[in-house]
Amino acid sequence: MVMEIVCPAGTPAALRAAVKAGAHTIYCGFADETNARNFPGLNFSRDEMVEGVAFAHQHGSKVLVAINTFPRAGSEDLWHAAVRDAKIAGADAVILADPGLLAYAAEHHSDLRRHLSVQAAAANADIINFYGAEFGVKRVVLPRVLSVPEIAAINNETDIETEVFVFGGLCVMAEGRCSLSSYATGLSPNMNGVCSPASHVEYVEDHGALSAKLGGYTIHSVGAGEPAPYPTLCKGCFSAGEKTAHLFEDPVSLNAEHLIPQLAKAGVTALKIEGRQRSRSYVAQVVKNFRAAVEAVDQGRALPEGMLARLSEGQAVTSGAYKKTWR
Amino acid sequence: MELTVGPNQFFWKAEDWSTLYDDLAQAPVNRVVLGELVCSKRLPFYQDAILPAVETLVNAGKEVALTSLALVTLKRESKMTHDLAEAGVEVEINDLTVLAHLPKGMSFSVGPLVNVYNEGTLRWLVSRGATRICLPPELPLASVETLAKAGQEAGVAIEVWGHGRIPLAISGRCYHARLHGRIKDNCQFACEDDPDGLEVATSDGEPFLSMNGVQTLSDSCASMAYHIDALSQAGVSALRLSPQSKGFVQTCALYRQAIEGEIDADHLSDELVSVSGGMRLSDGLLTGARGADWSGKAA
Amino acid sequence: MEHDTPQAIPRFPSALARTLRYLPLMPVSVALTRLTQSMAKRHEAMFRRLGAHADATFLLNPTDLPVTLCLEPRSGRPKVTLYRTPPIADARIAGPLAALIGLVHGAYDGDALFFSRDLVIEGDTAAALALRNAVDDAELDMAAEIEAFSGPFARPLHKLIDIAERRTGVALTRHEEDLLW
Repeated sequence: MVMEIVCPAGTPAALRAAVKAGAHTIYCGFADETNARNFPGLNFSRDEMVEGVAFAHQHGSKVLVAINTFPRAGSEDLWHAAVRDAKIAGADAVILADPGLLAYAAEHHSDLRRHLSVQAAAANADIINFYGAEFGVKRVVLPRVLSVPEIAAINNETDIETEVFVFGGLCVMAEGRCSLSSYATGLSPNMNGVCSPASHVEYVEDHGALSAKLGGYTIHSVGAGEPAPYPTLCKGCFSAGEKTAHLFEDPVSLNAEHLIPQLAKAGVTALKIEGRQRSRSYVAQVVKNFRAAVEAVDQGRALPEGMLARLSEGQAVTSGAYKKTWR
Repeated sequence: MELTVGPNQFFWKAEDWSTLYDDLAQAPVNRVVLGELVCSKRLPFYQDAILPAVETLVNAGKEVALTSLALVTLKRESKMTHDLAEAGVEVEINDLTVLAHLPKGMSFSVGPLVNVYNEGTLRWLVSRGATRICLPPELPLASVETLAKAGQEAGVAIEVWGHGRIPLAISGRCYHARLHGRIKDNCQFACEDDPDGLEVATSDGEPFLSMNGVQTLSDSCASMAYHIDALSQAGVSALRLSPQSKGFVQTCALYRQAIEGEIDADHLSDELVSVSGGMRLSDGLLTGARGADWSGKAA
Repeated sequence: MEHDTPQAIPRFPSALARTLRYLPLMPVSVALTRLTQSMAKRHEAMFRRLGAHADATFLLNPTDLPVTLCLEPRSGRPKVTLYRTPPIADARIAGPLAALIGLVHGAYDGDALFFSRDLVIEGDTAAALALRNAVDDAELDMAAEIEAFSGPFARPLHKLIDIAERRTGVALTRHEEDLLW
């Protein structure tokens, strides 16, 4: 079977571009703090979601609605409404992370398919099966801390579908369990749907060198002409002991394109592309590339020549935790 | 207001580890959580000291619980987690994975690394057997107030991160090993020389974070010195104090004095800095614009 | 780690750019304001998308031209002013004209241009992001916008854009998500 390409859409235009480029499935979110890409100018109004789902369905694509932040105490209604409205819009599934919200969805919208977000950081077969039994979860997006053999081992021990990230931004921390952004800016992925938010970014250019600060902390500084990655906290240049370096992760993004055959063998159902904040042209390009790759793998052909590197952050890529030496 | 001592987050020599719990037996704290939270590779070095420490603490009248790992990925770690459920001591879960191993109906407590952000999750955990919940350090005061109320209604004790470097992230990658050009599987225990974590500064020299193997903590030491009354009024029943290598038993005693009204917040925070050998304090996650902020007087 | 050299973005010919130094800015500003207002009517959602940033001021600075454009969305009643010496604004987005127009048309990805430093953002990064995302969603086609725009200021603008298109190789028509890299 051809592996499913799950593609991001930050705007209705990106959704249409992804569908036209051949995405099997699109994931997107409402324009509020219920989703983990709550960025300025992004995401869908209720009406846009209805239209987006209809457009995708007309073209044979599915839509998943990410409601993957952790509801704020006292304001859970906002998240409950998002689940309800995703169902009204005709979404094929919701992507959830919070146990309380999963319990709500399982109880009140049991016929709406539930996927477990990467934000839940479910990193072993025991917990995945637990989410299946407890909340009727049908698919789990695996955290980006696992190697390919570990993914294969998980799939051997569960019937729940697995989805893995293959391209785009790379978290080095277990997702949904990181408060670095809160510490530096007061805003976090879990609570506000933003990491290293643009509202707290400051670029200072001085004689061609460019310093990027987040919440007042210098995250990195690059010389004239060097690539300038966004100041994502965990990819900053810091000092510890005698060393000044990218102590947590280099400013790279994930590209596991060449691992598609191994991931297929490991029993992975769907390949996920990160980047709801990226443009519609980026989305279309990445989808075309990955669609061609999964078709080739399915037909036993060689992978098409990679062409995605220059779409990547800082023009450098890694295959991340899929190779065990990453750790 | 009660005091709970959280599990030591760092890698200490076995004798230092045991000394801590011997000393805590005499300290004015109600409850001690111990065991390995961060890295399963550290455990063999002090595993044999755990049960004697539990015994010492129980004999001294302390409530005791054993923590789970913060991130369970390996087969070996799954097995460890399973064994934990059978140790006969209360389990504090710091990864939801533990729930898959606990017999249904067995009660447990919930540590700060489980995402309890709202009433729905709190109630779900209570329905699974949670009797005590330490809230994530990230939560602002408004959320703490709402959850403390929900906790009272559901009959569970609510605890808040009271003191210590804040656990901000956990990863599959070991940063201490990476710093030494090694991979996690061949780390050679690079984290053993940093009993409070290794300082991570920005490239222009500003202290920022602290590295502890697969864990990343704040540079600053969170302190609820100025919020004891507010938390108490909100219905929070315990403050969690996280072990540090210098002056920790005094730290426990200082918080006890502050809770009893014997010293004020200014005095408490001055003393905390002094006994710890000069740690920077913060309380911004609870009340500030950003987590690193401090509402007390500048150092 | 692999590195890739991004394809060069066309630069506005410097001889032509020099002639722009003598361009009377006021009438062009008025014409661009009218054009933008006409676009605002056809793309209301674009201004809605700016959300909290709908009243911010943006400097769009084509680094290969001697002029800077100041865009004030004013919650859907936009105003455009050209400057030789730009004023202070909330956010500044600078890059070759072809990159700026390519962003509008969806030919380039903003993040990719930024990472390669073909694009520089200063000031309120969130406002700049909101603008970029709003514009990306609007699927604008400058040629169609100019077609739809008429009135006393249309003629000089048409003429200017005509020259720009012929002389620079910068496409002013929207690309159907086929990329330039």
